[in-house]
Amino acid sequence: MNGSETPLLTVRELRVVIGGRHILHGVDLDVAAAGVTALLGRNGAGKTTTVRGILGLVPRTGSVLLDGEQTIRLATHTLVRRGIGYAPEDRGVFAGLTVAENLRLAERRGAGEPAYGLVHELFPELRQRARQPAGTLSGGQQQMVAIGRTLLNGNRLIIADEPTKGLAPKVVTEVAQVLERAAQAVPVLLVEQNLAMVRRLAEHCVVLADGRTSYRGPAAQLLADADAMRRLLGVGRHGAAPAGAVRTEEGGV
Amino acid sequence: MSTVVLLALTGLGLGALYFLVASGLSLIFGLMDVLNFAHGALLSIGAYGTWWAASGHLPAAGSGGFGFVLAVAFGTATGALAAVLLELALIRPLYARPREQVLATVGVGLAVPALLSAIWGADARPFPGPRALSGTFGLLGAQIPVNRLVLTGAAVVVLAALKLFLGGTRHGLVVRAGVEDRAMVTALGIDVRRAFTLVFAIGGAAAALAGALGGLYFGSVDPGQGTSLLIFAFVVVVMGGMGSITGAALASVAVGLVQQFANYYTTAGLGDLAVVVLLAALLLARPRGLTGRLA
Ligand SMILES: Nc1ncnc2c1ncn2[C@@H]1O[C@H](COP(=O)(O)OP(=O)(O)OP(=O)(O)O)[C@@H](O)[C@H]1O
Ligand SMILES: [Mg+2]
Repeated sequence: MNGSETPLLTVRELRVVIGGRHILHGVDLDVAAAGVTALLGRNGAGKTTTVRGILGLVPRTGSVLLDGEQTIRLATHTLVRRGIGYAPEDRGVFAGLTVAENLRLAERRGAGEPAYGLVHELFPELRQRARQPAGTLSGGQQQMVAIGRTLLNGNRLIIADEPTKGLAPKVVTEVAQVLERAAQAVPVLLVEQNLAMVRRLAEHCVVLADGRTSYRGPAAQLLADADAMRRLLGVGRHGAAPAGAVRTEEGGV
Repeated sequence: MSTVVLLALTGLGLGALYFLVASGLSLIFGLMDVLNFAHGALLSIGAYGTWWAASGHLPAAGSGGFGFVLAVAFGTATGALAAVLLELALIRPLYARPREQVLATVGVGLAVPALLSAIWGADARPFPGPRALSGTFGLLGAQIPVNRLVLTGAAVVVLAALKLFLGGTRHGLVVRAGVEDRAMVTALGIDVRRAFTLVFAIGGAAAALAGALGGLYFGSVDPGQGTSLLIFAFVVVVMGGMGSITGAALASVAVGLVQQFANYYTTAGLGDLAVVVLLAALLLARPRGLTGRLA
């Protein structure tokens, strides 16, 4: 971590058991009070489960402090109302609802005026397609809805789970720009496999392996350490990345 | 010709009853994944509530005119209240245990008719309705009972109200989204359990209204009415697609008509079988039901 500054989110010993299977064995991570903190790890390392555990979407134990307050016993909706915007891995867009309805559903009372100006400025397409059912949007447009929802309320934290997964390079760049801009105002926890995204956006990073934290520290330091990259993420072996390894620098950021 | 008209309008009236029961069942299942076997009990509560009020037990309510409207309102409100209590007291605490939840609704579905029998007897009681609704009118040579029209009209009004609620209100939006992905709704900071209670209240009211109007249709109330209607309502829900109101409306009409025509033109009782055949054929052709999603 970056020294003295207290983190916005402090996760300790986060454990998740689903259907008798231990998926997280004690994850520790901090989300810095500013900028982007990247959460990395190979496929199946437990990144998504960590995020879902933080939010209470799966049964979990351990400690999750938001601004110093314990949230481990809170129901998901109560925790989210404290100021979290979440863009899940599958995008979580409601296919049968229009774009406008998807956004309206995300408006939170007591979170100030919904920032439609900002959302439409960043994603003008969402205004043009307001009346279109979200199920008929392209993957990139759905991701815009998902990210747009996190920007609508005055959040204290944005959590985005692989927002660039499966998107065309042009859209990846657009998403990167939006997150970069959002992170100037709100801290972001970014699950990401695209290392170019991490390089461009993240100041801090956390690496998971097999449901445990295997690295925490400055992103630049990890990215510069070829040996650590190979060991923690499986990047750089035999030229091409092996199955399950983190993608290397493609993706047009 | 006159027979066809009579059968068609009677089928529509029966379909209207099915729709009133099935719309709530479908929303409850779509949103909460709960198969509410107590839904027939809610119908019976509505029927007996209306009958009780219309028989002069409730001040200002009665069997004619505005008094009857008041009696129906009382029966409907009683059903809605019972549904809310059911959700809060039984469904919610068992949310993590779906099997016990189903058993609990089955239990209520058996207990309520037994309770009604214990209090008012197992025999059918004549249902006091306004004279205007017990007559007939002529249409294309057929004498059609007025109550068929009342039922169909009520179902159309409920359908329109549900569509307005789902399409035009914030609570409706939450319900539609919850039918698709409940967890994501909570991840937007919405307490989806409030939508559960609301959907139970709406479903309970619609089923109780079916009970009240079913009293007109059958001319009597008995403790087993709800249970026998529930079976066909389940068929309607499966045919229409879980969670789809429009699908439930279309399937209700289809089931009501097929049942009436088959019962008349073949042996009585074969209509009920025809409904099952219709269900099987539809499921084979369109496994997700008529619409497959909330519309
Ligand atoms: N609901 C569940 N039931 C059973 N196992 C699960 C469940 N969710 C996740 N897992 C398992 O837990 C492990 C971690 O999954 P998770 O989705 O958190 O990994 P991830 O790091 O996000 O992977 P990816 O990079 O593929 O998104 C995997 O082995 C997965 O199969
Ligand atoms: Mg994942």
